[in-house]
Amino acid sequence: MPAQPDVAAPPSSASRPAFDWRSFRSRLDVKSAPYLYIAPFFLLFALVGLFPLLYTAFVSVHKWGLVTGNQGFIGLDNYQAVLDQPRFWQGMGNTFSIFLLSSVPQIILAIFIAAVLDANLRAKTFWRMGVLVPYVVAPVAVGLIFNQMFADQSGFVNAIFANIGLPAVGWHADAFASHVAIATMVNFRWTGYNALIVLAAMQAIPRDIIEAAVVDGASRLRTFFSITIPMLRPTLIFVIITSTIGGLQIFDEPRMFDQIGLGGNDRQWMTITMFMYEVGWGNQRNFGRAAAVAWILFVVIVVIALLNYWLTSRIASSGAATAKLHGASRLLGTTKGDRR
Amino acid sequence: MRSPILLRSAAAAAFAAILFAGCSQAPAPAPTDTGAAPTDSAAPAEEITLTVATFNEFGYNDLLAEYTKLNPNVKVEEVKAATSDEARANFMTKLAAGSGLSDVEGVEVDWLPEIMQSADKLADLTDPALDGRWLDWKAAQATTADGKLVGYGTDIGPEGVCYRADLFEKAGLPTDREEVAKALGSTWDDYFNLGKQFVAKSDAAWFDSADAIFQGMVNQVANPFSSTEPEETLIPLDQNTQIKAIYDQIVKAAVDDKLSANLQQWQPDWQNAFQNNGFATMLCPGWMLGVIEGNAAGVEGWDIANAFPGGGGNWGGSFLTVPAQGAHVEEAKKLAAWLTAPEQQIKAFKLKGTFPSQVEALTSQDLLSVTNPFFNDAPTGQILADRAKAVTVVPFKGPNYFGYRAAISNAINRVDVDKTHNAADSWATAVSDVAALG
Repeated sequence: MPAQPDVAAPPSSASRPAFDWRSFRSRLDVKSAPYLYIAPFFLLFALVGLFPLLYTAFVSVHKWGLVTGNQGFIGLDNYQAVLDQPRFWQGMGNTFSIFLLSSVPQIILAIFIAAVLDANLRAKTFWRMGVLVPYVVAPVAVGLIFNQMFADQSGFVNAIFANIGLPAVGWHADAFASHVAIATMVNFRWTGYNALIVLAAMQAIPRDIIEAAVVDGASRLRTFFSITIPMLRPTLIFVIITSTIGGLQIFDEPRMFDQIGLGGNDRQWMTITMFMYEVGWGNQRNFGRAAAVAWILFVVIVVIALLNYWLTSRIASSGAATAKLHGASRLLGTTKGDRR
Repeated sequence: MRSPILLRSAAAAAFAAILFAGCSQAPAPAPTDTGAAPTDSAAPAEEITLTVATFNEFGYNDLLAEYTKLNPNVKVEEVKAATSDEARANFMTKLAAGSGLSDVEGVEVDWLPEIMQSADKLADLTDPALDGRWLDWKAAQATTADGKLVGYGTDIGPEGVCYRADLFEKAGLPTDREEVAKALGSTWDDYFNLGKQFVAKSDAAWFDSADAIFQGMVNQVANPFSSTEPEETLIPLDQNTQIKAIYDQIVKAAVDDKLSANLQQWQPDWQNAFQNNGFATMLCPGWMLGVIEGNAAGVEGWDIANAFPGGGGNWGGSFLTVPAQGAHVEEAKKLAAWLTAPEQQIKAFKLKGTFPSQVEALTSQDLLSVTNPFFNDAPTGQILADRAKAVTVVPFKGPNYFGYRAAISNAINRVDVDKTHNAADSWATAVSDVAALG
C-alpha cells in the first residue's frame, strides 16, 4: 500500500525540478489501484458479455448463414423477416404465458415458504437446505422426468387425475396445458432458491419493528402485509427481475419436454429462445435472423424488467401507505428512507 | 487431395492389423518410448483417443474395444445421442463452430444432404480400395456432385412389417409369418384393409403412428419434395399433389378408420404402449428390431413378415463421416473404414439389427443365417436381405428434405396424436411452414 506522506504532500515542481519517480509511482498506485482491482470483472464482462452483445448486433444486420458465414450487409431485413414470421409471435405468446405461469406463483410461493421457514422450526437448517434440493437437479434431468410424468396417455399425472375422477389432460397436445406442465418444472426448480433469498431478507428485518406493530395491535397478517412485504422490497425487486430474465429466456425445460425439442407439433410450447435456436441452427440455418431474434428478446427483457421494477416499487409503497394509516408511522421513516 | 499411396498403405495396414488379430496373440502394446519404431508402420506412435459419435443404436459397443485390441495405441470412445435429431443439431452447431465434433461422426441419410453442402469441412474418404464395397445407391447418396465421398455407409433400413402374432390370433388373423406376408398383400390399401378387419375384432390399434406410415410411404417416392437432382427445387406444398394424396390416404386410415394408436414415435407414450398391447403392427426397418426388443422387453408374440406394402422400402440408414477439424483425421478414416467393413457390420447387425449396406454382406452366409429369438426365431438375415433386394426407389433428398418432411410430420401428428386440428387446417399450416423454409 502507498506511503501516507507521499499522498498528503502536493507535488511541487518548482522546488523539485527532477522527476520524483517514487512519488509518481505511489500516486499512480493510489489513483489507479481501485480501478485495477475492479478491472478483472469488467475485462471479463467486456469479453463474455459486451463483446457478444455487440457482435450479435453486428451479425443481425448482415446476411449470415450458419455454415456459409457473412454474406454482406442487409440493414434491418433480418428484423423484418423475423417479425413477419407467425411462429415468432407464437413464440412470444408462449414465452409470456409460461413466464407468467411460472414467475407469479413461484414468487408468491417463495414468500410463503420463506415466512414459514422464518417461524420457529425445529431443525431449521435441515428445512432450509431441503427447499434447495430441487435446484441441484439439472434442468435437463428435470425435463426428462417431467416429460414422463406428463405423458399424455401413460403419464403419472394423468393416472392420478383418473384415480380422483378428473378427465385426462393432453399435457403435450393442448397448448395451455403444456405451458402449465413446463411452468411446473420451472417452479419445481426455482421456488426453493427464491424462498431462501427472501428468507435471508426477512431475517434482516429488525424484530423490534415487528414487535412494535404487534404492541400497536396489528394482527399477524397485517404485520406481514404492512411491514414484512414492504421491507422486503429491495429483495423482491431483485428476485422478480432475475426471474423475469430467466423466465423470458427459458429454453432447457421446454426443449426437453419432448424428444424432438422443437416445441410440439404445432409449436404449442415453443418459446422465443427455442425459435431463435430453430432459426439459427434448425431448418432455416440463418444466423442473421437468429441474432435479430436475440436482440429483440434483449430489448423485450429490458422493457419488462423496467416495468417490473416500477410495478414492484408501487406495490411496496402502497403497502407502506397502509401501514401509515394504521399508526405505525414510526416505522415509515425506515421504509421511506430506504426508498429514497 | 490426399495421396492415394498413403491411403492405400493405410488400408493395407488396417487389413494387416485384422489378419494379425486373427492370430490368438494380441499385439503387444507399443512402448511409450517414442524413440522405438512401432511394429506397425501405420499405427500411431503415441497413444491417441478417437471419439465416435452415434445415435440410436449403431451396435458398436464391442467393436470399439475390438479395434483397440487390434490397434493398442488407439482408444476409441463412443459418444451417444438419443435421437437422430439430437445428433443433427449437435453436428450442425459444431461443424459451424469449427471445433468440438467427434473424430468420426455418424450421420443419418435424412440430413446427409445438408452436411454435403459443407463437404469442404469433411475429409474426403474416397479410397480406390473400397470401391464397390457398398450398394450403388448407398454410396451415391454420400458422393458429392464433383465425386468426393464424404461418408462410409454403415447400415440401410430395408423395411418389413413387424407384427404381434398373439394379437393377430385373438383377432382371427393368420399368425404364421408366411401367411401373414400373404395376407398383408402388396399395396397400402391391402395393408389398411387388413387393419380394418383387425380393429373390428381387437382392442388394440393396427399401427403405432400415422407419421411412421408416412415415413414408409414417402420413401417409395422418387422425388417427394423437390424436383430432380442435382439442384434441389422445392415443390410448394400446396402444389404437391403426390404428397397430398399420401396425406389424405394416411389421415383417412388413421383417423376415420381408427387404425392408429395415435402415438408419436420416440415419445414416452409410444414406448409405454409396447408394454400394454397398444398396437399390432409396425413398419420395421432392420434397426427398428433392436428398438422394439428394448421397448417390448418381456412381451411375447412379436414376429416379422417378409412383406412390405407398396413394394420395397428403405427407411434411414447412416454413414460415418470424418470431420476435417479433427486432430487425427487419418486415424479416424482408418477407424471408419474398419467399422464399415462387411465383417464388422454383420456383427453390429447381430447385436442391434442394423442391416449392413455392404454388397458382400448381403450374400454372406454369416448374415443370411441370422435368426432373432425375440421375433420368434425369425430368419431376420434372410428376410431383410430379401427386403433390401425389393428396394427399387430411393427418394432424392436435398438440403431442405429434413425441414420439409418435418413440416408434414407435424401436420400428421397434429391430427393423429394431438387431435388439435382437423386434416384441412393442419395441412394449411404445413403449407405455410414449408413456404418459410430456405
